[in-house]
Amino acid sequence: MEKIIGAQILLEVLQEQGVEVIFGYPGGAVINFYDHLPDYSCRHFLVRHEQAAVHAADGYARATGKVGVALVTSGPGATNTVTGLATAYMDSIPIIVFTGQVPTPLIGNDAFQEADIVGISRPCTKHNFLVKRVEDLERIVNEAFHIAGSGRPGPVLVDLPKDVIAGKCLKKKAVPPILKGYNPNYNGHAGQIQRAVQMLFKAKRPLFYVGGGVVLADAATQLTDLACRLNIPVTTTLMGLGAFPEDDYLALGMLGMHGTYRANMAVTESDVLVAFGARFDDRVTGRLDKFAPDAKIIHVDIDPTSISKNIDVDIPIVGDLLDVLQKTLEVVKASAEKAELCAAGHDEWLKKIAYWRDLHKLSYEQDDIIKPQFVVEKISQLAQGYDPIISTEVGQNQMWAAQFFTFTKPRSWLTSGGLGTMGYGLPAAMGAQVAFPERLVIDIAGDGSIQMNSQELATVVQYNLPVKVIILNNGYLGMVRQWQELFFDKHYSSTQMNHAPDFVKLAEAYGALGLRARTPEEVEPILKQAFAHSGPVVVDVVVAAEENVYPMVPAGEAISNMLLV
Amino acid sequence: MKHIISVLVENEFGVLSRIASLFSGRGFNIESLTVAETDDSTVSSMTIVTQGADHIIEQITKQLNKLINVIKVVELTESVQMAREMVLLKFAVTSGAKRLELLHLVEVYQGRVLELGSRSLIVELTGERTKIDAALEVLAPFGIKEMSRTGMVALARDSVK
Repeated sequence: MEKIIGAQILLEVLQEQGVEVIFGYPGGAVINFYDHLPDYSCRHFLVRHEQAAVHAADGYARATGKVGVALVTSGPGATNTVTGLATAYMDSIPIIVFTGQVPTPLIGNDAFQEADIVGISRPCTKHNFLVKRVEDLERIVNEAFHIAGSGRPGPVLVDLPKDVIAGKCLKKKAVPPILKGYNPNYNGHAGQIQRAVQMLFKAKRPLFYVGGGVVLADAATQLTDLACRLNIPVTTTLMGLGAFPEDDYLALGMLGMHGTYRANMAVTESDVLVAFGARFDDRVTGRLDKFAPDAKIIHVDIDPTSISKNIDVDIPIVGDLLDVLQKTLEVVKASAEKAELCAAGHDEWLKKIAYWRDLHKLSYEQDDIIKPQFVVEKISQLAQGYDPIISTEVGQNQMWAAQFFTFTKPRSWLTSGGLGTMGYGLPAAMGAQVAFPERLVIDIAGDGSIQMNSQELATVVQYNLPVKVIILNNGYLGMVRQWQELFFDKHYSSTQMNHAPDFVKLAEAYGALGLRARTPEEVEPILKQAFAHSGPVVVDVVVAAEENVYPMVPAGEAISNMLLV
Repeated sequence: MKHIISVLVENEFGVLSRIASLFSGRGFNIESLTVAETDDSTVSSMTIVTQGADHIIEQITKQLNKLINVIKVVELTESVQMAREMVLLKFAVTSGAKRLELLHLVEVYQGRVLELGSRSLIVELTGERTKIDAALEVLAPFGIKEMSRTGMVALARDSVK
């Protein structure tokens, strides 16, 4: 066997790991990588900003369940990935970011385009590595894939000094990584599962509270099966949307700050609350001592640190959601009689939930100005036939998308839940579209957020990724404006987006199709035209300027204390 | 309440920084931290003294366990640990009487004199934290010129379980 350089070793390991797509941006420190890239089957997508490379890898990972890969150069290339890493870290998304680094002898010398990215990214990665010798490269890259994709998934950064990727070495045979300190527990404890099922059987007002963990574990089918078998209603977090079909009568929609009335009331009055892959985030719980005050809590999560972090748990179950749900189903099936009794015993509870549903539905009034909720509802109706994937930016656009789009399957919803990263939606949509060229990928955006990464329109046009960007254009940073309206006496300080570009012309300048809807009647035909178009489209929808997202739980209040209009 | 956590980590570049930034990033408090190689040169042992309510300590141990380079985390409760600290003290003592008195007290605390000069002396004291604290209180009037304290090192006892 002949010695090859580090860049080639990296490319070979990527190939062995089944990586088909890399989102990247070249530079001096990674030039050797780009020199050899065309010799391999990996497709490379040249983004316009490194942040977008990471979001695209993240969107790709969320949509496919595979590890997403981005590669950038040293210094500013590396620092530009930090927001993307933090976004993926908060939402437990498996990605690997390779960063160039100055040659090892120059590290620490304030060399040109040097940044201590391993130090900078330490708190926002699951783990990171600086590869100091080309001989360690293969092992470390394999470890990075193992860490990113297993246990509670997350981003891993691998820093590659130039002399490491240019240095020569023999490629070895792949060996499974051995990490002394890393051994995630996949197997749910049978005794705990048995106890949890018995508790559920006795519950009068049980509720499933489902988070992104169910999506990440690809356990949506099992969860749905369990809920339907036991006739237990399901509320999902922002990250859990799609884990349970929202058109089912047991679906309560999202809970929390902008959750539905029925979901928040059901949490408040439940007697057994089962959290599946959710982490009792402050946007979900509101005031902690008023969150599910009468409920026994069962918490299933692969990450022990999530359990009893914010709220005391009665039955903790550490394990992979798929494993735990499968075992739970077996226990339920084995006691069919009790299960049927349980399922039949929730009539009163479900009636109460139906009452809450009818008391305060998600609603809006459509007059002669386009309401943003109306646009999302239309998108939801018109997109269903296309097997859509929805990404969002952050703020009101994100909440309306979560509330008014009917999600029926997992991995079709890409949103920055934990970090709340404006500018996430377009590059994430790009990543998902690369994975699924035939599906309809829509970025539901705001006029503020879209300007944070609108340069990626160049990328989608270059690779003809037919992403549809639907801008709910209200001329404001709407969510902050809403807070200012409600809690700061309408003091709209710095939230009016004056001097936004003409988004139609912007689209055209990049070579995409630009469309605009100004009246409610125009919305449907324009959306149809956009969805039928074979290339990327930007739709500027001029919506009511001061519409608010309701219900809303003011920060720090009990979630039963909702502003409804 | 004070807690002692013993952590075995891979002896690798950046591990100390990972532990330190875990504590600072999550607002946990470190009272002392000691670290050194074990008999296995690929493994280091850390002793961390921290304070917090039980649920905080539970989070700390879980979060430490979550770090990839952390091999083992043991919380050492009072009854099952042996914990020691060391302190080096420099005194500026010239008067003979005072010096004698000081040497006598050092002996009471089972300390050792490491250097005895005409203008100063350096003393080593080892023991449980409470003993060191008590010694420092008694020795303070002699005028401690400089001090270097190790922080706690600890091991679990096998005899009491």
